[in-house]
Amino acid sequence: MRRSLPIWADVALIPLINVVAAFLISGLVVLAIGESPIEALRLMIMGSLGSPEGLAFTLYYSTNFIFTGLSVALAYRAGLFNIGAEGQAYLGGLGAALVCLALPDWPAFLLLPLAIIGAGLFGAFWAMIPGWLLARRGSHIVITTIMFNWIATSLMSYLLVNVLRAPGSMQPETRGFSASAHLPNLDGMLTGLGLKISNSPLNISFLFALIAALYVWLVIWHTRLGYEIRTLGANPGAADYAGVPTAKIIVITMGLSGLMAGGLALNEVLGAQHRLLLDFTSGYGFVGIAVALMGRAHPFGVVCAALLFGILYQGGSELAFDQPKITRDMIVVIQGLVVLFAGALEGLWRRPLLALFNLVSPHQPQTETER
Amino acid sequence: MEMGSALIILESGLRLAIPLLCACLAGLWSERAGIIDIGLEGKMLAAAFAGAALAHFTGSAWLGLIGALLASLALALLHGFATIHRSGNQIVSGMAINMIAAGLTALIGAAWFGQGGRTPSLQGPARFEPIWLGMDALTLLALLSVPISWFALYQTRFGLRLRAAGENPSALETAGVGVAMIRYCGVMICGVLCGLGGAYLAIAQAAGFLPQMTAGKGFIALAALVFAKWRPLPSLLTCMLFGLLDATSIRLQGVSLPGLGQIPVQAIQALPYVLTVILLAGFVGRAIPPAAAGLPYVKEN
Repeated sequence: MRRSLPIWADVALIPLINVVAAFLISGLVVLAIGESPIEALRLMIMGSLGSPEGLAFTLYYSTNFIFTGLSVALAYRAGLFNIGAEGQAYLGGLGAALVCLALPDWPAFLLLPLAIIGAGLFGAFWAMIPGWLLARRGSHIVITTIMFNWIATSLMSYLLVNVLRAPGSMQPETRGFSASAHLPNLDGMLTGLGLKISNSPLNISFLFALIAALYVWLVIWHTRLGYEIRTLGANPGAADYAGVPTAKIIVITMGLSGLMAGGLALNEVLGAQHRLLLDFTSGYGFVGIAVALMGRAHPFGVVCAALLFGILYQGGSELAFDQPKITRDMIVVIQGLVVLFAGALEGLWRRPLLALFNLVSPHQPQTETER
Repeated sequence: MEMGSALIILESGLRLAIPLLCACLAGLWSERAGIIDIGLEGKMLAAAFAGAALAHFTGSAWLGLIGALLASLALALLHGFATIHRSGNQIVSGMAINMIAAGLTALIGAAWFGQGGRTPSLQGPARFEPIWLGMDALTLLALLSVPISWFALYQTRFGLRLRAAGENPSALETAGVGVAMIRYCGVMICGVLCGLGGAYLAIAQAAGFLPQMTAGKGFIALAALVFAKWRPLPSLLTCMLFGLLDATSIRLQGVSLPGLGQIPVQAIQALPYVLTVILLAGFVGRAIPPAAAGLPYVKEN
């Protein structure tokens, strides 16, 4: 008798079943609306992967989700549930925009690194306050990060409406950044590879996101800090007893988590919009929760899940365009179902799957310690 | 400010406070039973949509209310199944419910009514009209839930057991009372109260459903719950205070106050959240949640 699933089933099969379950239920919703789920799925896949443009948009969305997914995953490793990636990314946008607006005449090779640092620092700062409040004052991190999302919303809407708004403009947005503050677009590079793309927002942030994933992997599994983060996540009491400076690690982890969330601003503000817009984060921070849960809080899993959600976002937009009855809200439904199956109902398939494995191959070699 | 406008602010403050009060009491029942619920927002939204849709189809506000209660209860049971039955993470489950409700209501609304997700506007008997002192039936029901909640929680055996489920579930189990059953009761009462709040939003305060019409009220209610330290009567006062703040922020737009100058609307809007953070951190007073809230209870064999 097997007592646990083989590792490949745990890592690949269960996430796959979760996605399939989420899509099946969404398919029922599509059916209830009176459209064909098969046709909807075809349109989504064609829209996201069927053309070079679609693919570029898919990767552009994925960039956002890699950053926010890493943010949630990193904190999760320390046992901290950071729901505040949305607000941290929003503040990251402010950091980047302030640099770009203050130094419009600086050359790109100085301005861009500064703007990136600005985004990271502001994001980290906004996450470290809840971290500090937990470490020093014992405030529940979930409630505080939720509150900080809303405080960020109010703060940014005040700044964009009253302080940073471009003179003479009615829109709550800053003036456009100078050309030296634009992150290089990847269109040219891909055209060089033989793919013809025009006007996609895909930019070099995508590569930054992949580097960030590698960085998180290195930090978590190959540094002393990562060891302390994982120990804290696995057993706070034991971590404390083993001499891990828990309070410090909480604040640092939240800082790194906010830093990753700030990465969203690279793609959106410096890469695509070239100005700071009201609500530019549009819920991507919350998608990060779904991405992190699906990716099992592992950087490689996060990248895979982010690609899936990129397909979902781009495909969902195309679907809404072709079949107006299925609006983009469909994406949010699927996202919610993924969070439900991969997160809240996490163990749902484990036992039936285990029974199935035992049914198929009941004569597994027993380990000597079993009964 | 003269008498007239003070009364207007008071009245609109009450109107803004009612959905907060429903959600706040809902959260209170759930968290007192040991189940954290950040899905108040989603349940209210689903209730608002189901209520408005049913009131539109049947032309009856009361049938709309029943629809709202059922929609909210269904999501509450999902939360209960995930967190009590399957010992799932309570935060994640609440998050999922918020997303599913936000997506489904807008999606189905757009598909059914073709007005960008809103329901057709409700008229006549499809809406709750004021029946007593300018208050409609749902307002009265919401206000009545405060003393009822207080009585049920503190003066009945059921209330004692429910609070025990949130503070020390193993002691309750030792006393021979099933924790799971009690927690399901808390979650379902939470569902009913969220349904009431959602119905109020769509068929009493407004004349129909708008996508994302809860606009963060479920989260302000969470803040109010911390503020009220998980007690019914302070919940009423906190929600009234937050409602009044909201009403004044609308009135104060562009008005210059003596000595203070113009107060940004956003500063007043952020106030509940800032105050909650301060209170939760124990800088002024201390808000301590139920001891076992958030922890799944697994029965020992």
